[in-house]
Amino acid sequence: MDPKDLKYAPTHEWVSIDGDVATVGLSTFAVEQLTDLIMIDLSKATPGTTLSAGDSFGEVESVKSVNDLYAPLSGEVIEVNASVADDVNQIAQDPLGSGWILKLRPSSPDAELPNLLDFDAYQKKVAEDSH
Amino acid sequence: MSTVELLKTPLYDWHKAHGGRLVEFGGWVMPVQYSSIVEEHRAVRQHVGLFDISHMGRLRFDGPDALAWLQHVTTNDVARLAPGRIQYSLICDEDGGILDDVLVYHLTEADGYGLVCNASNRLRVVEQFEQQAGSFNATLADSTLDTAMIAIQGPAALLTLQELFEGPSLAEQGYYSHTSGQVLGTRASASRTGYTGEDGFELIVHRDVAEAVWLELLECGLKRGIRPCGLGARDTLRFEAAMPLYGHELSESVNPFAAGLAPFVKLDKGDFVGRDALTRLKEAPGAARIGLKLPGRKIARQGCGVLRGDTLIGTVTSGTFAPTLQQSLAMALVTPEAPPLGTELVVEIRGHREPAEVVELPFYRRPRS
Repeated sequence: MDPKDLKYAPTHEWVSIDGDVATVGLSTFAVEQLTDLIMIDLSKATPGTTLSAGDSFGEVESVKSVNDLYAPLSGEVIEVNASVADDVNQIAQDPLGSGWILKLRPSSPDAELPNLLDFDAYQKKVAEDSH
Repeated sequence: MSTVELLKTPLYDWHKAHGGRLVEFGGWVMPVQYSSIVEEHRAVRQHVGLFDISHMGRLRFDGPDALAWLQHVTTNDVARLAPGRIQYSLICDEDGGILDDVLVYHLTEADGYGLVCNASNRLRVVEQFEQQAGSFNATLADSTLDTAMIAIQGPAALLTLQELFEGPSLAEQGYYSHTSGQVLGTRASASRTGYTGEDGFELIVHRDVAEAVWLELLECGLKRGIRPCGLGARDTLRFEAAMPLYGHELSESVNPFAAGLAPFVKLDKGDFVGRDALTRLKEAPGAARIGLKLPGRKIARQGCGVLRGDTLIGTVTSGTFAPTLQQSLAMALVTPEAPPLGTELVVEIRGHREPAEVVELPFYRRPRS
């Protein structure tokens, strides 16, 4: 996955749109900041659950801190990546690929997609955050 | 934080240039990690790690009444401290609350004593000594900003430091003792102390040579798997060894008996600050520090409520997923007394109730040969 092709939420989730399916994961920057991931709790994001943009759908625990994961778009959860739930290191090893977290069927992509950041805007935000 | 200038250790530039992730801690800018907390933690358990602990407060007491002054302000019995020895001690207020936990050094010189305190409490500790100065004929000098302190910790700490330390044999140095010698031709004090649960040394040198000494230690440790380590690993290591941390297990509202530190309060040594209150508290501390084991990977962090049945009995003071033990563990302060080992309690983690079992402290004890 080319990071330049992804959209980003300011809360560090990435989104990839393929037809009517949005794949969601955690950005490389967020994974680097967290380091030492311990577990991911996705019990709130079972298939069939409807999320609104900004809803917390789970949490990722690292040695240092625990952080909420937020839905970048509204929609119905259609798939959860069972392998990252079993082994959170998948996310650390390949955050934009096999470490994807869930797939959504967006309910109002036209209205919400423009709210997300493109790669350049996200890089700018990350640069500001690191200071 | 924005109005107060943060202090920088003599190694600040090195940390910055070598990928140290810098955070504010106790009024200082300190590296929390260079690579990963877990990798640095493992380096200390298996090999050797290097920590910049120059933020710790370093005080020096001299004069005929140095001993009496320390005896009056700290809770342990300084009179029992032979030259060359070090003791863990506490500074309490009149109510028996803990103002800081410290190391007291009996330096080899006749009336000379040293004291190492926490970075965030340094000014308060100095203030307490000044308030309690009375007519003691002694002086207090704060050498924190003129010196650097480096901890070398892990099974290969002795071999690493031995290569560049010139002076009395470090191998024969007992635990909680110190000696003076030279490193790179400059005066250095080495104590066999640390905050990781491993064998190790804490080195004090002049700030001007700090970076050269640091580099030399890294060089000597290279073949032994040395790593520079940040405050993150320092915290997970001390946590496994169940060493208390000020602001977590210790505070002004916690007395030494509640914190499990009774051996460091010597009520029979004569009068000292807090003695009356501590004499009463010894019989009924009102709280206890316990260890908890959680079955899952969720971490019970500071502030999480601890329940017995439906009754709130305390609060988690520190918790992490212990890197060596691969287990979610926590320390908690509960009232009024510790439930027996094996008791099933509940920890409230972000709105969820998680089971937790009372286990013995420390969680980790290093294997001794």
